[in-house]
This record gives sequence, C-alpha cells and structure tokens, in this order.
Amino acid sequence: MAIAEPKIVYQRPTSLATRVTHYCPGCTHGVAHRLIAEVLDEMELREKTIGVAPVGCSVFAYNYFDHDYVEAAHGRAPAMATGIKRMLPKNTVYTYQGDGDLASIGMAEIMHAAARGENITVVFINNAIYGMTGGQMAPTTLPGMVTTSSPGGRDIESMGYPVRMAEILSTLDGAGYVVRRSLHDPNNIRKAKKAIRLAFETQERGLGFSLVELLSSCPTNWKLSPVDALQFIEDKMIPMFPLGDYKVNPEIGKLRV
Amino acid sequence: MAIKGWIEVDELHCKGCGLCVAACPQNVMSLDMERLTPKGYHPVHLHADGCTGCGICAIVCPDAALTVFREAKIKA
Repeated sequence: MAIAEPKIVYQRPTSLATRVTHYCPGCTHGVAHRLIAEVLDEMELREKTIGVAPVGCSVFAYNYFDHDYVEAAHGRAPAMATGIKRMLPKNTVYTYQGDGDLASIGMAEIMHAAARGENITVVFINNAIYGMTGGQMAPTTLPGMVTTSSPGGRDIESMGYPVRMAEILSTLDGAGYVVRRSLHDPNNIRKAKKAIRLAFETQERGLGFSLVELLSSCPTNWKLSPVDALQFIEDKMIPMFPLGDYKVNPEIGKLRV
Repeated sequence: MAIKGWIEVDELHCKGCGLCVAACPQNVMSLDMERLTPKGYHPVHLHADGCTGCGICAIVCPDAALTVFREAKIKA
C-alpha cells in the first residue's frame, strides 16, 4: 500500500532574511538575491560570508541577507571588498552592484580590482537604467531607449554607445571567471544560479577575480508590466548584451556542480 | 495517477507581480482578486487542480514567497 507524504520541493533559503524587500513587484533584483542566498546555503558559506552593498536600488541589500554585510560609498564596493578580503582572507567576500554603481561611478574601482586579480566575487545587475533615482540613462542604456534623461531615446551620436562590462573585464589577466547570464525565464535563472555558484567556487579556490553579470528587469522605469519587462530582456537586451562565458579559468571549467 | 503538488504562499512577501502566473506550465495559478496582502497586493493562489509541484513558480518568484510541496510515494 502506498502512503503519500508531502516532500518539500522548494523553500525560502535560510541566507535570505525574512524582511520584505522594498523592490517593486516583479523586479528581478529579488531573484538575484534569492540565487545568491541559495548558493551560500548549498556551499555552507553563510557563517563566513561578508557582502558589500552598493548604492542604487540594492542599497538596502544588507537588510535582506542573513549574513554579514557592509555598505560602501557609491561605486567603491570593489575597493572596500579588496580591503576586507586582504584583512580576512579566509572569509568569502562578494559585492552586489548595479550598472550605475559598477559601470558608471565605480568604473575605476572595478577595473583595477579585476586587473589586480583580487580574490573577490562581484554580482553585477545590469538593467540598463538608473532605477532608484527615477529612470535616468545609465552607461548600459540601449541605443534609442527612452529614459527620463534621454526623452527622445538614447542618441548614439551625442550620448555614445552602451558599455559591455563582461567583455571588457574578461580581457584583464587578473580575472578568473567572467560570464553574463539573464534572469528572464526559468531556464536562464537556473543557468544564472550555476554561474553564481562557479563564481564563488573561483573565490574559494583562490583563482582570482570573478564576476557574474545578470541582465535584470526594471518594470517601473521601463514602464512595462513585469511579464513584458522579461520579454524586453529577451528581445532587446540580449542582442546588445550577448549571454555567454567570457573568461573561465580551466580549473573552474572542469568543475561539475 | 497524476503527480500531486501544491504551493503555500507567504502573503507577507507576495507582491502579486504575476511572474509565476505567466511561468506556470499547468496554468493553474492566478491572482486572488478576493484577497489583499498586508502590503495591499492581490496574492497568488492555485485556482484549479493540476499542480505537479514542479517548482517553476518558485524559481521565477522575485520575493521567495512560495514554498512548493509534492506528494512522495513511500511503500508501506
């Protein structure tokens, strides 16, 4: 006789605090938070992990994770993470940064942290817009994209082209793992989780700088519904920011997780 | 017999964004227009039988509001 017993397929990771996030409904910042929390749970790193929060929508990230966190000045998260990692080399140190924080004001810090091969992990959320300040043009804004500071669409003649951070950082010798993933459907979210896992594995093995760029949605400032925003990532953002592995240390490439 | 699954919705965290409704392969999820969460959103619920407990709703949920269960057969 068969007896049915409930089995938990999925539950909230313990590295994620119980506090309700301030993110807008459907914002994939929450998905990125959840994936990091799941990876830290799987690798049992929660007790020794120190996160560095940026400035931007994710400025309150320290409230949403149930492990140690510090808040950095705008764009300076990789510099702060460098100091923490050098003083506490046995701890796992990661930064969580948006595109305004990492690709605009913090461009110097991220470039030099990668060039020095600092053994830190960076989770880079690319949503092509400044979310917190009201949807201004970011360095990653797509050509022709309407934002509050480019109301006629981003004109490449006067405003230039978007910056592809994963490609740029992969050219630096200090980088051990640089990939781009997207958060727009369940399949890609699974791949993103695996990439975050491998980025932390890179750090645990001391193989240098690791960065995961995640294409993320901003339904509020894109003025789309949450479901349409995910479609926008697939249709508009992925052609400009192709998904892929830009630099993978051979030792990490062989790893099966 | 079809695999039986079900979800529990944490109404404190659910913001009614509807990403799980769009992702559900069985189309058995919808926003419950009869209810409001403490934050004032319509929470998601199962409106029909047919949930298999695949967990795709939990994978796309930005607020980790869903716990997914599945019936596991054990031989007595």
